[in-house]
Amino acid sequence: MKLTLKIWRQKNAQDKGGIVDYPIDGIEPDMSFLEMLDVLNEQLINKGEEPVAFDHDCREGICGMCSLFINGEAHGPDRGVTTCQLHMRMFKDGDTIFIEPFRAKAFPVIKDLVVDRSSFDRIQHAGGFISVNTSGNTIDANTIPINKHDADKSFDAAACIGCGACVATCKNSSAMLFVAAKVSQYALLPQGKIEAVDRVLNMVHQMDHEGFGNCTNTGACEVECPKGISLENIARMNREYLSASLQG
Amino acid sequence: MAQSALLNASILKKVAMALSGIFLITFLALHVSLNFISIISVNVFNEASHFMGYNPLIQYVMQPVLAIGVIFHFVMGFVLTAQNSAARPIAYAKYNGAANASWSSRNMIISGLVILAFLGLHFYDFWFPEVTYKYIAGTAPDATRYYTELVHKFQSPVRTGLYCVSFILLGFHLWHGFSSSLQSVGMNNKYSRFLSKIGYGFAVVVPALFVIIALFHHFNQHN
Repeated sequence: MKLTLKIWRQKNAQDKGGIVDYPIDGIEPDMSFLEMLDVLNEQLINKGEEPVAFDHDCREGICGMCSLFINGEAHGPDRGVTTCQLHMRMFKDGDTIFIEPFRAKAFPVIKDLVVDRSSFDRIQHAGGFISVNTSGNTIDANTIPINKHDADKSFDAAACIGCGACVATCKNSSAMLFVAAKVSQYALLPQGKIEAVDRVLNMVHQMDHEGFGNCTNTGACEVECPKGISLENIARMNREYLSASLQG
Repeated sequence: MAQSALLNASILKKVAMALSGIFLITFLALHVSLNFISIISVNVFNEASHFMGYNPLIQYVMQPVLAIGVIFHFVMGFVLTAQNSAARPIAYAKYNGAANASWSSRNMIISGLVILAFLGLHFYDFWFPEVTYKYIAGTAPDATRYYTELVHKFQSPVRTGLYCVSFILLGFHLWHGFSSSLQSVGMNNKYSRFLSKIGYGFAVVVPALFVIIALFHHFNQHN
């Protein structure tokens, strides 16, 4: 395949950055998108140029590290996949492909296509946990009976890998789907109910503090989420928040 | 958590936006019902309009509440839009919003601005003359004038056209707004799909009735 890549290049966080064109040839349809970028980087290194910086780790769709906004969509045109699971067969020979970093005030660009998603970590630190005594008296979670329906929904919410595609794709750069998934996975379980009020208040407060936009229920986040996190979680978080606001 | 942080919370703002939207939806249902009477019975329409125009509860309680609801909805809409724009200071070179969200959901501010402009025209046409009639000129109540005034307003094809375009944009606004408001107040369960379908029906039927009423009076100027 012969392609024209339009890639965002930015030396560092202070640099203004801009789109740079890279023609590339000899790309196999069965390559993953990241392998295609590896090929480009090899060519750039051989020419003595700076390779394109991009995030990646497991390359199995599990870690959530690979980001990239490809042709106007988070993780590209495929559905239910991360960028490492996106294959070049989704494109046609001769295509022009825009490759940009995830854009949000709360996800500042570090270099090229690499963004700082530590705002998600800070939201997690604000309440995305349960307090358990682990000093030898830990109670086996399986001894607590949990409704199968709730356990399944909690597990579905816990499938969120925190990749940030929801923020990247939302026209408002809202992080509601991510935060809702983290709130929901605990809200549905008995272990999570003890700290439920503080959790939702603190996590939403941190989310707002980080500068994410407001959710307007377009549903784009759910469509682009590689793990299929449902909007139902946002509704649940809204209920949790309203209830917590009255209590807290 | 500080009280101010709570009041500024994004979720409370969206819930407030949703509640004001639901309130305005109920008002629209009432408004279209009263207007529809105008193509069924001249006398009943005049009586209903006179009741709405002179009933103290409606004039001095419901009307101010409605005005507050409308102003709140618009102001909050602008505030949220400004905040959302600030959340992405650098735009994408290529953004394919149509790939994952409907036009109506992505352009609530555009349909909202058209509705706001329409409200200006609507107030100029009906509310200001009504206030002048009752409170500035101090004219005696006349329960037979409303139908004639209504028909007269739809004489102009330009005005009728502007009304119809605005009603279509209102339909787009409601198409997303109805189901979105339910999601915002935390309702997403086994009934949501059914309620969303009712919302889509409302978004089509109510603006369509407004269009029919406007066209009916435009093409029936003999009264």
